[in-house]
Amino acid sequence: MKISRGVSENKGKDLGYGLLFLLPNLLGLLAFILIPVLFSLYLAFSEWNLLSGAAGIRWVGLRNFVEMSRDPWFASSLWNNIVYSVFTVGISMFLGLLAAILLNAKVFAKGLFRTMFFVPYVVSTVAISAIWMALLSRFGPVSEFVRSIGIENPPVWLMDARFAMSAIISLGVWNHVGYCMLIYLAALQGVPKELYEAVEVDGGGALSKFVHVTIPMISPATFLLVVTQIISSFKVFAPVQILTRGGPGRSTSVLVYHIYRTAYQNYRMGYASAMAWVLFAIIFIITVIQWKGQKRWVNY
Amino acid sequence: MGKLLKDKATTTKEPVEIQKIVRTVIALFLGLFMVSPLIWMLSASLKPEVEVFSYPIRIIPRSIMWDNYREVWAGIYPFGLFYFNSIKVTFISVTGLIITSSLAAYSFSKLRYPGRDALFLLYLSTMMIPPQVLMVPRFILFRNFGILNTHYALILPGIFIIFGVFLLRQFFMTIPNELSESALIDGAGHFTIFSRIIMPLAKPAIISLLIVSFVWRWNDYEEPLIFLSSKDLFTIPVGMTLFVDEFETRYSLIMAAAVSAVLPVLAVFLAGQKFFVQGVVTTGIKG
Repeated sequence: MKISRGVSENKGKDLGYGLLFLLPNLLGLLAFILIPVLFSLYLAFSEWNLLSGAAGIRWVGLRNFVEMSRDPWFASSLWNNIVYSVFTVGISMFLGLLAAILLNAKVFAKGLFRTMFFVPYVVSTVAISAIWMALLSRFGPVSEFVRSIGIENPPVWLMDARFAMSAIISLGVWNHVGYCMLIYLAALQGVPKELYEAVEVDGGGALSKFVHVTIPMISPATFLLVVTQIISSFKVFAPVQILTRGGPGRSTSVLVYHIYRTAYQNYRMGYASAMAWVLFAIIFIITVIQWKGQKRWVNY
Repeated sequence: MGKLLKDKATTTKEPVEIQKIVRTVIALFLGLFMVSPLIWMLSASLKPEVEVFSYPIRIIPRSIMWDNYREVWAGIYPFGLFYFNSIKVTFISVTGLIITSSLAAYSFSKLRYPGRDALFLLYLSTMMIPPQVLMVPRFILFRNFGILNTHYALILPGIFIIFGVFLLRQFFMTIPNELSESALIDGAGHFTIFSRIIMPLAKPAIISLLIVSFVWRWNDYEEPLIFLSSKDLFTIPVGMTLFVDEFETRYSLIMAAAVSAVLPVLAVFLAGQKFFVQGVVTTGIKG
């Protein structure tokens, strides 16, 4: 008897019910995901100004992608996005790991601290952006603090090309560090105590324990975080749109912001779709690396 | 000898306690640093504008002032209406999401038919598609069907978020098939098994999905920004940007709007933290 694989023995017996239960969701998938995806793919190779109406849609082959290679806004947005991703993901993960190590040791009121670190993760990016805008404004607390330590004319952070991207990164870090901490905390709790004892027996100290036990044992968590955090960092939008509008100049424009401007301010639906597919390609490549690399890089 | 042992015990015990206190102090310092932007937001929202940027920072205002909230809630922008819109959109899409996702998850986990696993693979692969790819075609399709600038444009796609199917399917797989099989032998239909056996057992997963999707729906900014143009339809995040644009330098007012926007999410998160954490750890996805 094969009862472990499903309710019924006969493979096709549940076809009717199977489709009936699936139907509501499948229709939605079709209407709101699959059809839009195909439409978007078609648009990526077309030129279409929304204002010209349905008749204005024109197949242009690879021209959108050629244009992309010459578009300085696209180049800046891609580069800025990479900078944003590297720093936001790197710093969030590093600080998240430190926080997790701290809370994994004996601490009073552990639950309270975990909540305090994690709470920024549920605050909407719009609200966070509003807070950052106030904190970083000309006479805001950050500038006042900088003045109080003796720097006469602090920059207007969000309007200064040297600091605007750092401000957006700091927002991203604050938003995500709690999530990294949470994943690392779960991983640290799964490290068997015996392994640390084995290092102790061999005369290894705290550093040796960290390098030879902790780092390899939490590598699955590191890997998961790298992938999910990079993917989420490539979707950053609200802080840029609210705080800097990509400026000053092009210094903080990111991919999704450039797509947004192209589609909803310039109504160039084809070009915007082509860029959205480049975003998809980046996410796809990262996901494939995750699948392929999981076996090779991760020590379980 | 006995004394020696006792001494040793206390000397090794004491540093551990001291270390624990030191760690707690560090954690407290870091934790306060993490929540300080939120505390500052709350504090600024209760101050008159002239005091917002007084330095050194006074966290507890000289006198608590509710005027900013009065202006947010009864001023030129209908914040109460934004709230109502957010509640409406979130409630309907989350309800729809849970109903359609749990039905699909039952189909993917408890029923057997040819092509099932291929279909599930199709579902999984759509989880990779960034919403930005879908935004432009949805915008055009919604425009053609006349639902652009209506709440349908937010509610309908909100019902079909694939990670809901994924999360529930993973949980349903852990429910032993013997339970549903014996019910089937007793003559129960699939709808009975689904509603009487599977759903009650899946309560933790359902609550996780409920809270996670509530938080992301409530905070969603891009979709209402793109799909809505009438102010009376705005949800809270887009509504908030009106304050940011209009009252560019009146930070006390903007902070009162931010507090109003953040409060429901914080309440839901704190009430169901365990389930929220479970949900985001399982799916690893930020909506």
